[in-house]
Amino acid sequence: MIFSIVHTALTALRRDRGALALSFILPIAFFTIFAVIFGGRRDSTPKISVIVVDEDHSRVSQKLINSLGAESLSVNTRPAPKRGVQQSDYTAVTAEAAVKAGTAPVALIIPRGFGENPVSFGGQQGFSLQLLKDSSDMVAPQIITGLLQKVAMTAMPDVMAEQGSKYMDEYAGGLTPEQRKRIADNLQELRRRENRENGGAESEHGLNGGMPISVTARDVVGENKNNPMVSFYAAAIGVMFLLFTASSAGGSLLDEAESGTLDRVLSSRVTMGTLLAGKLCYCSLLAFSQLALMFVWAWLVFKLDFIPHLAGFVIMGLSTAFAVGAFGMLLASTCRTRAQLGPLSTLVILIMSSVGGSMFPRFLMPEAMQKAGLLTINAWAIDGFTKVFWRDEPLSHLWPQVAVLLGVGVVLFVIARRLARRWEYS
Amino acid sequence: MAPEPMLSIATSLQPLRIEGLVKRFGKLTAVNGISLELNRGECLGLLGPNGAGKSTLIRGIVGRVIPDAGKVSVFGDSADSVGARMALGWVPQDLALYPRLTCRENLEAFGQYHGLRRAALKTAVAWCLDWSALADRADDTVKNLSGGMKRRLNMAAGLIHRPKVILMDEPTAGVDPQSRNRIFEMIEKLRGEGMSIIYTTHYMEEAERLCDRVAIIDHGCIIALGTKDELVHAAFASRSEVLARFENVDEVVIAWVNQRGGLFDNGTARFTIEHATEIGGLLDAAAKSGHELADVSLRKPNLESVFLHWTGRELRD
Repeated sequence: MIFSIVHTALTALRRDRGALALSFILPIAFFTIFAVIFGGRRDSTPKISVIVVDEDHSRVSQKLINSLGAESLSVNTRPAPKRGVQQSDYTAVTAEAAVKAGTAPVALIIPRGFGENPVSFGGQQGFSLQLLKDSSDMVAPQIITGLLQKVAMTAMPDVMAEQGSKYMDEYAGGLTPEQRKRIADNLQELRRRENRENGGAESEHGLNGGMPISVTARDVVGENKNNPMVSFYAAAIGVMFLLFTASSAGGSLLDEAESGTLDRVLSSRVTMGTLLAGKLCYCSLLAFSQLALMFVWAWLVFKLDFIPHLAGFVIMGLSTAFAVGAFGMLLASTCRTRAQLGPLSTLVILIMSSVGGSMFPRFLMPEAMQKAGLLTINAWAIDGFTKVFWRDEPLSHLWPQVAVLLGVGVVLFVIARRLARRWEYS
Repeated sequence: MAPEPMLSIATSLQPLRIEGLVKRFGKLTAVNGISLELNRGECLGLLGPNGAGKSTLIRGIVGRVIPDAGKVSVFGDSADSVGARMALGWVPQDLALYPRLTCRENLEAFGQYHGLRRAALKTAVAWCLDWSALADRADDTVKNLSGGMKRRLNMAAGLIHRPKVILMDEPTAGVDPQSRNRIFEMIEKLRGEGMSIIYTTHYMEEAERLCDRVAIIDHGCIIALGTKDELVHAAFASRSEVLARFENVDEVVIAWVNQRGGLFDNGTARFTIEHATEIGGLLDAAAKSGHELADVSLRKPNLESVFLHWTGRELRD
């Protein structure tokens, strides 16, 4: 008896291709995506990009920069060449602008005089490095700060030893001449060893660096935001649900086809093109309303700065809604029945959302995944909303996102129109 | 002399003309070279069993299937022209309505799809609600209507743009007798207004009641066309039909019926006779052959008899 029940259920499942796909393909797809994001091989781990501004130009600052470069960081002291022309080094001002623009999540400013007195040991004597950060990325600043301490300890042992003895001399009642001589001899040996290892010449500057290194972090993006991640999640979650909404709304076309209403509509003066355009408008309007509601909710409850960014929201909201609406049309015209639409849309939307950053920020993903995310509507929409609400960028900076979303919308709609020809006549 | 208005010229043409229409679905030929003309103010019945090709023919007329051959014209215009679409009204077999909209909203939506606006739309909606006796349920959603009401609204939606030719595809499918009578009254009202109607059904009594002429369709072909009397006369002339039911039906009985020129169908043998007196001979012959008759009746042939005569099977097979 139980065998019969199991057999019947398995047979039904085997014939329901959508359910079968959801049961087996979706878990594997999701496992693969998240395994790539979180459990990828070491060489695929993303290198955190950091902008370094060396105002000190000392041996210590140069050594610090070189040491950071040897770590799993992408250290940039100047912008990438434009049309083959080398750009000048970052300054504190251009570095801050670059962080605001999202070029890198962190900029490190090494102030003038740092090399003369880099040690803090928790006190006020040392110069403090400045870390300009984007507060939406909570990981990168922590990693940079930790790596700074690490390179100070491992890559500059002579500096640490000298500064340590200096503080010992100052705060422990003074060293005897014999102790000072021994420390100086050992420091000389450390320097010789380091030079041998590096193959370099001894610096002409005096070594008065120290550690641990004091770091002062400052948010340059989102510093005035009440809740730094709200705008990100409003966009990320919003776009994912928009896709579901559009898919469901597009499904009304299938309902009409199944009930025969579509036949009746097409026997009137309404053409298939007009009908699809109308459905696209409906899907887009619904998606925009949903997005608006979500951002208004975020404004009222989570104090999102909505009103000052209203124009940007409208531009991005309409572009996103159009692309999402066309996506819904394409899904509906691809499927033959509602039963097909459900599993297919779930599969596609969840994959798009995970790769496109709706579930997990793209900037924390491996580089290959970040690039793959650009194939999704989610990524472009989230990038655009981030520019508006997070980076406070001018509206003119939204053109790449708007162009891509509108372009994608047009292409998807044209394909949907093509596929919908099967409904026109039989 | 001033020229005739275009409308008059158009309306002087045949409301509907079908020439050699062919539609195949793979190896199946659903419509096989049908030619037909619908006259002004006429109700033409398409009578045939399920799968005979009636609905495909209707869908071909309204442009929902692309014919493999043939031509359909409405008042001289090609069926896919805007003029033809406006002149044609279609009541599909399925309930092609928006279930979550009210009766009024459905009618307004389909009216707008046909290009009606403002006052014209309002007038048309009011007429449809009145015609379908749904004025008091105008603001009820479709899903809350009874089956008969849904059928009536389905018909009204096909007439919202006040077409000159209306194609009704089994409008009484699945409704109770009371609702069916109401639908008949609605159709008779349209006939009274001079509308040209094509009415498909597999109910003989509907065709007999509503239609001026009947086209009997089977396997995608018209096998007989004419008024009821013409069809009966063509098949039976002045002969009557004798229905005989046997106590025990076996191969011997069936062979005997066939030998006597009768048709055995669904447990009943059918014979045709010229004069009522021939019944006696039939009864004697049955008795001599040892076949016991349970029931014998004499009747005038009807459309079902005609269908059986031409196809050898009943209409509702």
